[in-house]
Amino acid sequence: MKSVKSIQKITKAMKMVAASKLRGVQVKAENSRGFWQPFVALLGDHPDIESKKNVILTISSDRGLCGGINSTSVKFSKAMFTLSASEEPAKYVILGEKGKVQLQRDSKKNIQMVVTDIQKMPINFTQISMIADEILKNVEFDTIKIIYNKFGSVVSFLPSVATIPSPEVIARESEAGGKLEQLESYEIEGGDSKAEVLQNLSEFQFAAMLFNASLENACSEQGARMSAMDSSTRNASEMLEKLTLKYNRSRQASITTELIEIISGAAALEAAS
Amino acid sequence: MWRRQIITKTRAVCRASSASRAFADKPADIPPPVSDAFKDAFKKAAPNLQLPKFPSQFMKPRPPVPGTLPTKLTVNFVLPYKSEMDAQEVDMIIVPATTGQMGILPGHVPTIAELKPGIMSVHEGSEVKQFFVSGGFAFVHPNSVADVTVVDAYPLDVFDAEEVKRGLADFTQKSAAATTDSEKAEAEIGVQVHSALSAALGLS
Repeated sequence: MKSVKSIQKITKAMKMVAASKLRGVQVKAENSRGFWQPFVALLGDHPDIESKKNVILTISSDRGLCGGINSTSVKFSKAMFTLSASEEPAKYVILGEKGKVQLQRDSKKNIQMVVTDIQKMPINFTQISMIADEILKNVEFDTIKIIYNKFGSVVSFLPSVATIPSPEVIARESEAGGKLEQLESYEIEGGDSKAEVLQNLSEFQFAAMLFNASLENACSEQGARMSAMDSSTRNASEMLEKLTLKYNRSRQASITTELIEIISGAAALEAAS
Repeated sequence: MWRRQIITKTRAVCRASSASRAFADKPADIPPPVSDAFKDAFKKAAPNLQLPKFPSQFMKPRPPVPGTLPTKLTVNFVLPYKSEMDAQEVDMIIVPATTGQMGILPGHVPTIAELKPGIMSVHEGSEVKQFFVSGGFAFVHPNSVADVTVVDAYPLDVFDAEEVKRGLADFTQKSAAATTDSEKAEAEIGVQVHSALSAALGLS
């Protein structure tokens, strides 16, 4: 019973901590929601764009006890992995310890890069740009699909897939008949060539999308942890009630048994004398 | 007792967030941007999962291309940590493109412009707001909507002239003394930003 009580205290404290962290991250996440919209307005959202080299970027948390969001991310990553199978199998880039642990079990050879300990400091754009830079340097891709849990509300987390095409794919699809046809009508200002501008555009879009996705996932993580800790606190208190009743009943039963023994012993003595 | 605390706390969190809600958070209104073939393939790959959501479902739809020349330019000016201007209607903006200051008026030809550090000014009626922006991108769409995305932007009055002069001298010296390529590149970026800042603040 003592252990259940202490667990109850711990989970309650974890819930409060998650609630306060959530408040902080939620503000940042909502403020970052406008940052990727210009890119989607320009390039559109084409998850089914044709691409041979697919990279699945799974965003997960580093710490556990956050409900089912990491399993959800991994399930969707595996589904997108199967979907993107073309001539060569897709590759995983994993952000977060929990995703790595789950995906290592059966897809170890497809994991190209793992980044952990992202939330040691509060997430900011500089850190995410550096991560994006590392990924762009080391991973060849036609499209990157970012899998993350979008924060709907404290109780709703929506698994989402964001698609980032590479500059080559953008150039290919912007020709007549492609999905990004409307791009041809845009004049390009700046840079030495259209290819250079498209490269910067794709990289900036990746950083912007990754920033928003990491913040949303961090929000979802705190929210899921809050509700997981809340339900475990409630379970602990229920268990504590049941155990207390059981304890009292057994204590009373043993006292009653002792009394009966004493009284029957005394009655036997009286009857004998 | 603590259950009531949870409910009030949750309600407070939800209310705080809805106060600044400018973006569509209900993806049910916008259909997913995928073909039926994709949906079928997804169902086969993961029969127990619902189709995931996509970012375009969380965006407010953009206005269509108008028939006549619009009178106002709609500007979305976004930073990583906030939306400075969200669908604000103005007369003109001037952005620091890498090819020079570029003015954008309503009915401007669709453009993708790379931005270098410099001043961006927003003209609305008789008032002009000026920001010093870092590098980024500016898009002008056929429907007279301009999107400006930059890494950071501040109004001009937060800059300290002394710091700017000192920074410029510092980075010029670093750029002269740099040995490796990356050091040289970093120092040159510093020189570029600080000289743009000093030009913006009207220093020598």
